Amino acid sequence: MGLPVEQILIQTINGLVNGMILALVASGLTLIFGIMDVVNFAHGELVMLGAFVGATALGVTGNFWLALVVATLVIAAFGAILQVSTLRPLLGRDPLTTILATFGVSLVLQKYALWQWGPSARKLQEPISAQFSLFYLQYPWYRIATAVLSAAIIGALYLFLKYGKYGIGIRAAMQDRVMAQAMGIPVPLLHTAVFAIGAGMAAASGVLFGPLAGVTQTIGADFTLRAFIVVVVGGMGNLGGSILASIFISLLEAYASLIVSPAQAVIVSFVALILTLLFRPTGLFVPTAR
Amino acid sequence: MLTLSDVHTYYGKSHILNGVSLEVRAGEVVGLLGRNGVGKSTTLKTVMGLVRPSEGRVTFEGREIGGMASHRVAHLGIAWVPEDRRIFRLLTVMENLRTGLDRPGVTEARRAELLDKVYASFPVLAERRNQAGGTLSGGEQQMLAIARAMMLEPKIILLDEPTEGLMPRMVGQISEIISVLHRDRVAILLVEQNVPLTLEASDRVYIMEKGVVRHHAPAADLRANHAVIHQYLGV
Amino acid sequence: MAAPAGTGRGAASGPILRTEGLTMRFGGLTAVNKVSLSVERGEIRAIIGPNGAGKSTLFNCITGVLRPTSGRIFLNDENIAGLMPDEASHRGLARSYQITNILPGATVLENVRVAAQSRRHAWNMLRDRRSFPDLIDKARAVLQAVGLTEQEDELAANLSHGAQRNLEIGIALATEPQLLCLDEPTAGMSVSETHATVELVRRIAKDLTIVIVEHDMEVVMGLAKTITVLHYGEVLAEGTPAQIQANARVQEVYLRG
Repeated sequence: MGLPVEQILIQTINGLVNGMILALVASGLTLIFGIMDVVNFAHGELVMLGAFVGATALGVTGNFWLALVVATLVIAAFGAILQVSTLRPLLGRDPLTTILATFGVSLVLQKYALWQWGPSARKLQEPISAQFSLFYLQYPWYRIATAVLSAAIIGALYLFLKYGKYGIGIRAAMQDRVMAQAMGIPVPLLHTAVFAIGAGMAAASGVLFGPLAGVTQTIGADFTLRAFIVVVVGGMGNLGGSILASIFISLLEAYASLIVSPAQAVIVSFVALILTLLFRPTGLFVPTAR
Repeated sequence: MLTLSDVHTYYGKSHILNGVSLEVRAGEVVGLLGRNGVGKSTTLKTVMGLVRPSEGRVTFEGREIGGMASHRVAHLGIAWVPEDRRIFRLLTVMENLRTGLDRPGVTEARRAELLDKVYASFPVLAERRNQAGGTLSGGEQQMLAIARAMMLEPKIILLDEPTEGLMPRMVGQISEIISVLHRDRVAILLVEQNVPLTLEASDRVYIMEKGVVRHHAPAADLRANHAVIHQYLGV
Repeated sequence: MAAPAGTGRGAASGPILRTEGLTMRFGGLTAVNKVSLSVERGEIRAIIGPNGAGKSTLFNCITGVLRPTSGRIFLNDENIAGLMPDEASHRGLARSYQITNILPGATVLENVRVAAQSRRHAWNMLRDRRSFPDLIDKARAVLQAVGLTEQEDELAANLSHGAQRNLEIGIALATEPQLLCLDEPTAGMSVSETHATVELVRRIAKDLTIVIVEHDMEVVMGLAKTITVLHYGEVLAEGTPAQIQANARVQEVYLRG
């Protein structure tokens, strides 16, 4: 029962593409958890809203890339407002409180989208319709473009955190919030900024993924679920780990869909999650030497 | 410059500070001695805004700072070197220092100046500038914690047991650093268990017991008369 | 099965608590290093030492919170090293904690009664608690010993800090121990509350052996019959309060930190 090499290679590329988009979502989630210990259950809804705003902006401007930028900025601003109004007052409380709060927000956002944009799916037209020959397939360039763009955004985030002026402050606050604040770093402000960045990245992935999967109110839930699996498997608060885990999980699902249907392929992600929790609960990609 | 007046703090129901009053004038080194558990660290944390006083006032340069958010306290010119050092383990030595350097109003030139100065005072940090903070030895981490505080160009440094767990040779180095800071007119509120070091380095000394200041004297007096020290700190 | 109460005059002779080469290592750090000490029946023993001397670790080993790396702990000639705290409790060892372990939603009397119940009628779940008058009497006797009789029906959460710490001691007392271990009982107390607690400990010490970890020297000097001084996990000195005060090495260690 030998599987044709071509199929495996095609699925590898698919896995990498999906992995990069998932990494974009998951890194925002990890960053938010790392700096403020907030488990953001509304993260998938930020993806969904990004897609809707992007679709609307595309309809108005006719330009995909402009729509991408608009959606990112709008949702980033929205994220900042959300953090200041809902999450900042809950700082320091029982973690369960923030989980409930973000879960509540996700419900509100889903219904809002339904009210604002109606129940029918929106279409986000991909900007590049050209394709290239990949073995026996015609593979869309757009898919490659999304992977490259996601990688670029994550790369920019990495550079910002490593060398940027506020990047060091953010990294310090992720390690020791109290000491960072005692060094004069305005940690409450950083919380808002990081949430905005995470929201913006989520929105960007929503717009990028839109042409591939359609835009409905429920796409958020899928993203939230997978993003959490990734964050746990990659190590909570570990940015590099969540990126590797995104690719890992997406590749697993891609290969699994050679054997079972794609809807069932998500089971392997859950198996990976359970195995990680059982045997390496701190995360598969966490460096053991600390 | 820094004054605490009848400060009370609680930890749950536990009454930690029971009416602490003390002051530190500009450029002074003030020692705060006392056995374990009397509230010395809590006093420093209260100044730094990490603990909110339930009664009493904390003022700095005439301004009321009790309960102020700690990043704003730092901007006023108060730096904290905590008991467990708390350096950022995953950041390099250089990045640790930058957490203090990256402030509004500091020019590129001034930053370079401050870095050079600190690398000159702490050559071991210069050597390890690109190493992760967590890989440094205990003594080196203590140096880094103090150097990091100096990056804030503070008017006063709150030093919490800087010699704890250090080898005798390093204790000497801490003593030297305190002299250098004193010479640069940086005030220091020094919490310590090491009595000889404190008496030697301080201008004045407060002795605490069970959440209050019990005794207050110029260090010179206490150097001459050990009976008081034995009474409050000995066995 | 009622556990033997009090010091059991006429029962086993010899020290009530004895450690032999007790060592506790956490990875590369040796917190307690071959500590051998022996506590006589009926005495009040204080364990003191500067910061990081290993007092809390030693305490936690004796009371079953930590499993020692090596060495033995004898309670009445039985090796209890590595036993769980509840197993140690059934053998007559009780302790109080630095973080108060009282039941805040229950009254003062109920807190103590629950502790007393662990010793008597523990498995009798079918009868109503009120049908055990001996429990109520026992609880009331304990409350009198710790000076909380007036607040019998007060919710434990409403007590002052000092009263809560004394209730802690009462809860430990209600388990009818032979050996009572107190972990910094006066921490966070005002001077007057401290004096009240010292009086309390003196009162209850008549029928018990007490081991106490403390920082407050006045408390230690006033209460203890013998003091064990720890330094870097080892026994530095042992003797009467007068002897320890006169011990130059101990002074040096305390004043140098």
